[in-house]
Amino acid sequence: MMITGVSIVTVWVLDTESAKEFYTKQLGFDLTNDIHLDSGMRWLTVRSPGSSGQEFLLVDPAHSMLDTDTAVQVRALVAKGALSPGVMATTNCRADYETLAERGVEFIQPPADRPYGIEAILRDDSGNWFSFTQHRAPDPG
Amino acid sequence: MSGPVVADVNSLRALRRARDRIDRDYAEQLDIAALAADTGYSLGQFIRAFNAVYGETPGRYRTRRRVERACELLRSVNLTVTEICMLVGFSSLGSFSRRFADIVGRSPSEYRREAARLGGPAPIPGCFALMWRTGLPAAHRNFGEAAIALPAVRS
Repeated sequence: MMITGVSIVTVWVLDTESAKEFYTKQLGFDLTNDIHLDSGMRWLTVRSPGSSGQEFLLVDPAHSMLDTDTAVQVRALVAKGALSPGVMATTNCRADYETLAERGVEFIQPPADRPYGIEAILRDDSGNWFSFTQHRAPDPG
Repeated sequence: MSGPVVADVNSLRALRRARDRIDRDYAEQLDIAALAADTGYSLGQFIRAFNAVYGETPGRYRTRRRVERACELLRSVNLTVTEICMLVGFSSLGSFSRRFADIVGRSPSEYRREAARLGGPAPIPGCFALMWRTGLPAAHRNFGEAAIALPAVRS
């Protein structure tokens, strides 16, 4: 099997300028691409400096390959907070929580001890939620 | 429900923020009227809009969140049912037990005994347990697929 993992994750956003600000200034991600395509789409990708290469692709449904009705539905799902791209891993959940909260990042759950580690839940500026998790190292015994 | 509710994103965002506050502050004596005021809706409008978007009223949503938190505590911490009842924001053991039984289908004590019998916590991240619903009511389980008649594909 040659698949090495997830390379790019699509995050549906309500406004790409605002999302770019949020992911770079508030989450501290690096901007890896910001290309305006002829079709009106924007190839906007960000990557956490601590990552091993996975990027988030920030896309406004209204400027994507989606038809209008679908785009309206997806934007509504984003706005009501229904969607999550998944889990962001951190090596220090509590410290990062302090830093991010100070930068104005919205948390809907502060760090909590779980069997699998320490986990908080945050939202991006569009309403997408992420688990923000420091995984517990597996027992050596 | 008559189909997907598609409102303007600003209204949806305001409702989502109200729901997030309930998620954060469910244990407080959170005033639904204050939540409504923050959205700019009247109390009645807020309740109806929240219900239209999320499928249940803010009050019911808050109760469900409290009960879910109670389930978690019943499974994992060494507190009495009364202590857990107060911790999650109920002011009376009677109303807690009733709401719990309505939603979970058994009493808090029964739930706790059963959880102990079944063993440790499932490996499902707590965030998913928090953010996922318990499933659609039976009436909605077909997702309306049967209602959409697509033209036959030409072979």
